[in-house]
Parts: sequence; C-alpha cells; structure tokens
Amino acid sequence: MLNTHTKNLYQDVILDHNKKPRNYKVLEGHSHMAHGDNPLCGDKLDVYLTVDENNVVVDVSFIGDGCAISKASASMMTTMVKGKPIDEVETLFHEFHKMSTGKLDPDAEPNHLGRLKIFAGVRDLPARVKCATLAWHTLDAALKGERIVSTE
Amino acid sequence: MIQTSEAVRNTATLNVDQIRDDFPVLGRMINGMPLAYLDNAASSQSPRQVIDAVKRYHEFHHSNVHRGVHTLSQEATGLYEEAREKIRAFLNASSLKEIIFTSGTTDGVNLVASSFVEERLNEGDEILITHLEHHSNIVPWHILCERKKAKLRVLPINDNGEIILDNLDDYLTSRTRIVGVNHISNALGTINPVKKIVEAAHRKNIPVIVDGAQATPHEIVDVQDLGCDFYAISGHKMYGPTGIGVLYGRQELLEQMRPYRSGGDMILSVSFDKVVYNELPYRFEAGTPPIAQAIGLGAAADYINSIGKEAIRNYENMLLDYATRKLGEIPQVRFIGTAKDKASLVSFVIDGVHPHDVGTILDGEGIAVRTGHHCAQPVMERFSIPATTRASFAFYNTTEEIDRLVAGVRKVIEVFDA
Repeated sequence: MLNTHTKNLYQDVILDHNKKPRNYKVLEGHSHMAHGDNPLCGDKLDVYLTVDENNVVVDVSFIGDGCAISKASASMMTTMVKGKPIDEVETLFHEFHKMSTGKLDPDAEPNHLGRLKIFAGVRDLPARVKCATLAWHTLDAALKGERIVSTE
Repeated sequence: MIQTSEAVRNTATLNVDQIRDDFPVLGRMINGMPLAYLDNAASSQSPRQVIDAVKRYHEFHHSNVHRGVHTLSQEATGLYEEAREKIRAFLNASSLKEIIFTSGTTDGVNLVASSFVEERLNEGDEILITHLEHHSNIVPWHILCERKKAKLRVLPINDNGEIILDNLDDYLTSRTRIVGVNHISNALGTINPVKKIVEAAHRKNIPVIVDGAQATPHEIVDVQDLGCDFYAISGHKMYGPTGIGVLYGRQELLEQMRPYRSGGDMILSVSFDKVVYNELPYRFEAGTPPIAQAIGLGAAADYINSIGKEAIRNYENMLLDYATRKLGEIPQVRFIGTAKDKASLVSFVIDGVHPHDVGTILDGEGIAVRTGHHCAQPVMERFSIPATTRASFAFYNTTEEIDRLVAGVRKVIEVFDA
C-alpha cells in the first residue's frame, strides 16, 4: 500500500496513461508544434496540433520521455483538448496551472477541468508541479507560435 | 551467507545509536514515517557539535575578523583562524597560507580558473578533465576555453564508471595547462586514482586541481601525499554548514596568482594610485568572510576526527556492501556505476520507471534519496539514461534504513508493474 501522500497522485488512471499514452505520435501535417524541456528532471516532449480555419483543435499528439506524471499529464491533455476551440483550450491551461500550484480548488470553485482534477495532488509536491504542467506549457507555446519552451 | 540487519550492525565498530543522537534532524518524522536520510552526497546533516559551535559564535563572539582591537573582534578572529588550522590539519597541508576559505567547491574551482589558469591559457592550449566530472568542474573550464579559443579535452570512462587511464599520456600534451579531476564521483561513487593522475601530469609539469567535495566525508585526504596542486572542498558535504568551503593551493603557485575577488581584507595598503595585496591566504579572501560557517566547518572536522576516518570507512563500506547486495536481489534494479573502488553510494535505474517517480514514492515512505542527473549530465549521457536514483550513505545511516529503501523500491515496482 502506498502512503496516502503519494496514493493521491499515483492513481490507476495516471499509471494507465503512463503505460499506454494516448495520441503518442508525430502528427503528420500539423499546423503547430513546440518542444518542451524540464532540465531539472530531464523530461522532454514535443506537442503537435492541427488547428483548422475556425480555430478548433482538430487533432493533437505528443511524443517524449519523462516521468509518469509528465507523461500521463500530456496523454490526458491530448484527450481533453481534441475538438475544442483554442479559447477553451487556453482556459483549460490556465485552470490546470492554477490547480497544480494550489491556487484553484477544483472541488470548491467552478472550473472545466473534469477528469484532469486527478492531478490536483501535485499541489502538495512542489518539486513535481513542473512535471504536470510541462505538456500544457508546451501546448500553450505551440499555439503562440513559440517552438521551444523550458519550465526552468 | 545472508546476515540479518542486526547481525551486520553488530559487526560494525561504530556506536551508531550514540552517533545518531548527535544529529537532531534524524529524529524527524516525514509523512508519518521516521526520516531515513540517504541523500548525503547532495548535502550531509550537521551534528549538534557543529550547530552549537555556530550558535555559540552568534550568541557570544560575533564581530568582524582581522579588524577591531576590541575583545569580540579578537575572539572572532581567533575562532576563525583556529578553524583554518583545523582544516589545515584535516587535509594535512603544510602551511596555513595554503588554506583559503571559499564559499564551496564551485567557488574554489572558479578561483583557480580565473586567478591561475586564465593568464596561462592561450589559443590552441588544452584543459583536461574526465567524463566523470560534476558540472562545477566542467562549466568553469568550458567558459574559459570558449573565451580563449582553447580546447577542453575529456578522459573517457568505462562501463563500470572508472576513468580509462590507458592513454593518459596521450591526453597530457605540451599544450595541457591544467588537469581537473574529482576525487570521488558524486554521480556514481567511483573513487578515482588521483595520485596516479597527479604523478603522470607532474612528469610533464602540468598542474592538477582535484574536486574533493565528495571525498572529505569518506576518505583520508592528505594533499601532500596526493601531490595535487589544488584541492577544493565544501563544508556542507562533510557535516558542516552551507556557504563555506576551502581551497587548498600549493604555496608556490598561490604566491604567483593574482587576486580573485577584490575589496577589503585582501590588501595591505590602498591609495588611489597603488594597491599592495595582502599576504597569503588573505589575498584571496576579499570582504567579510562567512565567519560562523568557517567555525562550524572546523567543528565538523573535529567531529569526523572524533569518530575516526578508519572506522567511518569500514562502517560505510559495510553499508555499501549491504545495499548493493540487497538492491541487487531485485531483478528490475540496474546499477549505474560498478567501480571496484567505490564510496558509499548506489546509483541505479529501474527499467520502465522514471527516477522522479521513485523519489516521490520513497519520500512518501520518509526516505530521502536524490533523483535526477546529479549535475553530471555527461555521465548520464555516457550510460544513455536521463537520470538515476541515488542513495548515498553516511556513518549515521543503518542497515534498517537500507532495508526500508529496498522495501520502498519493491513497492515502486509493484505500483508501476515494472
């Protein structure tokens, strides 16, 4: 049995996304991409997006190496943003960031995080916040046309 | 033969329970579990003797050094210089002039780079380091080489994490201006044949700087026996405070070196036309030094001496053997760094699990280990891994704590189904 402290984070859903990451590929014909680096951990990932003329994310993918938290976060991010207009994606990014840093309690305040709430546990692990948010920062950079982002 | 924890412990010559009582932090609970502090290579804990020496200084003696004629200033100066003598004896340097207080090993390497090597390094010259170095013994040389259009050369390591010395003579050329090598690798624990490297370099009149950050808590360091020209250490790796370190330098070389930082305390006289620099070692100690930390470092040297380096080494070797055997029984664990001559640390990876997840789960069990690249990215690249989990032991650690580490690792494997 894991200590409650870590059990909150290493839930089955996260372990499953770590083992079988969704949308794990290079996206052919993508319109946006960025590379994200977390030099402290050595986490590296690339996020690819295809955004159509109506500013909707019609497809999204990622590849990379990292810890379970960063990989599962990237995987679940792709499943959440696919099909969403980019303004909704930006809202999710901000809410996710606020939740991870303890500035938004997803059970007490209104939000759109849904199943991403599973990452709320990282707020108790300051050293791991960057792992959870790396994919989101990279996605944000891709949408803003920046190609490289670092969480350091 | 498999021994129980208790049996192994009884064969050791140290009174570990008594030693543990000297370290207040070891009584802490972390996430509901007793702290098992296995991150000593990153920073070791301080015994009450060190904490008290620092506290006593602040409560009774605090003043500036080398300045006032009043009582407190004289006491502070006395304590500060007494600490210098303790470190001189600890490293067996021949003179107090060779003991320069710095802020740590990184500072010491930078001092040598800027005050010694820089003016001797020309375009096309070479600096030789090894593939095992910590970033602090890479980056200052890289920057210097870039600025001077010189070449940074690197001695390779083998699959066990040992420096390959076969072609050492080819690496020591007429253009080599300095050799930098760590005494013990922080990432893998390899104890390097420093004396051999110094002898080979000196045959060609090439000076050697040794990064001794990891050696002082484990090894008997005798700078005269090693024959090295510079030896840099950090206080907090040897049970002392942070923010203090020492650079040992051979007097003959220090005499020729220009000042590093400049300001008060490093001068004999100042006018707007002429500055006369102070004598050694003060020439390299500009400004008010970390007085309390230096006194704490002296107390740390006393503490290590009171236990005895021989006893420390025997006990830590027992911990290393125990950890290597117990972790080695887990098939998913792969050790990185299997040198014949090793200090008491184990670096390992678990296939399919990132070290940061290992670190977080172990922390949940109250076990502190280091996970990451250990400021030695070239070592990680050499073994094609992003990071390792590293457990590094001190004389206050026990086989029971290693048993908890092993149980924690088994738990990680179970959770990740690795």
